[in-house]
Amino acid sequence: MVMTVTRDRPMSHDHDHDHDHSHVPPEPALRVQALESLLTRKGLVDPGALEAIIETYSNDVGPRNGARVVARSWVDPEYRQWLLDDATAAIAHLGYQGRQGEHMVAVENTDRVHNLVVCTLCSCYPWTVLGIPPTWYKSEAYRARAVREPRAVLREFGLDLDDSVDIRLWDSTAEIRYLVIPQRPAGTDDWNEEALADLVTRDAMVGAGRALTPDTAGGDA
Amino acid sequence: MNGAHDLGGMHGFGAVPDVLDTHPHPDWYNRAMAMTVVMAAWGRWNIDASRRAREDMHPARYLGYGYYERWVDALERLMVETGLVTEEELRTGEPAGESLTPPVDAAGARAMLRRGGPTERDIDTQPRFRVGDRVVTTNEHPQGHTRLPRYARGHEGIILRHHGGHVLPDTNAHFQGEHPDHLYTVQFQARDLWGSEATEGDTVMLDLWETYLHAQ
Repeated sequence: MVMTVTRDRPMSHDHDHDHDHSHVPPEPALRVQALESLLTRKGLVDPGALEAIIETYSNDVGPRNGARVVARSWVDPEYRQWLLDDATAAIAHLGYQGRQGEHMVAVENTDRVHNLVVCTLCSCYPWTVLGIPPTWYKSEAYRARAVREPRAVLREFGLDLDDSVDIRLWDSTAEIRYLVIPQRPAGTDDWNEEALADLVTRDAMVGAGRALTPDTAGGDA
Repeated sequence: MNGAHDLGGMHGFGAVPDVLDTHPHPDWYNRAMAMTVVMAAWGRWNIDASRRAREDMHPARYLGYGYYERWVDALERLMVETGLVTEEELRTGEPAGESLTPPVDAAGARAMLRRGGPTERDIDTQPRFRVGDRVVTTNEHPQGHTRLPRYARGHEGIILRHHGGHVLPDTNAHFQGEHPDHLYTVQFQARDLWGSEATEGDTVMLDLWETYLHAQ
């Protein structure tokens, strides 16, 4: 069996689609490198476009966006109601819109209800407000288990919910993307919006955690 | 299709990995993501076709691959299917034929991200269901792409929200048209889906197209 670092891959015979591509691939990093080289040299991709996309999700689009949305909803009841009624518009009002955030719904945690978001079929995630999903969100374990045993999964994130709190588990099967509004931590009554945003973690906005508290935030707010 | 991607409820995967998200992400993840996003600018496929390509593989291979390996594999397959590259070019890594002009540059890519791909469409039929209606999901096992997971087939739920008309993935994924259909959020009792080990009062919400639903 001969394999090179380019694209020669042995055929397997367990898969009979006419678009059979079931070779054993080389190391994925090399495969991606080879593909990028081919696409740019063929003129299918502008290297600057690739850099623009990577840069956008490294610098501009991430959980800080969602944190600002949540913090606004904590200080402004009218904004909170708008967010619950029409999240797409309310979030766009703060400047966040686009790919994988075209149709947003916001759901709020209360003393009685805890929301948790998953995508069992792939890994749909609200990119406009949270950026690219973390590894755990895309993992088979999370996708398989969150929907069947959310309480056990949450315990792995350090969140032990009482049975009196109902879990609402959102499986993102369509193009609706979900943002969880965590509860505002106690002891933050006199905090301003910007300081509050520092308490809103990515995990809290997926439902896999709570917002930080003044005690756990590191005291710099 | 009843593929390995339909993971909801499966056992055997163990603990959720890296819940603190401390492992570094190799650079090729970003490059695989960016290539996938920017190649969509050619307009040869759609997001449903991308998902179909990522799940339409031998289950052992799906589970053996890492997340972005599936993306790259699907991207290559879509490019071959739609004639943007040939198998030969992928095998050799050498471009053949004339050099092309990419459809978007850096500014175009940023505009693409900002524009996104809304799936809501005008629809001229009235919704069959109203909020609060009881419905039952179909128990069909289509060979093609669908977004009704196995764990939620043949179950009773309640309409929680109506989202208007949305592109139907089942046809769009196979280039058979968008066929906009009413989309609803349907709420299921966790115990109906998962039995006595689920906690009473917990619920599971799925976004489902009208074609997946019957009146109760």
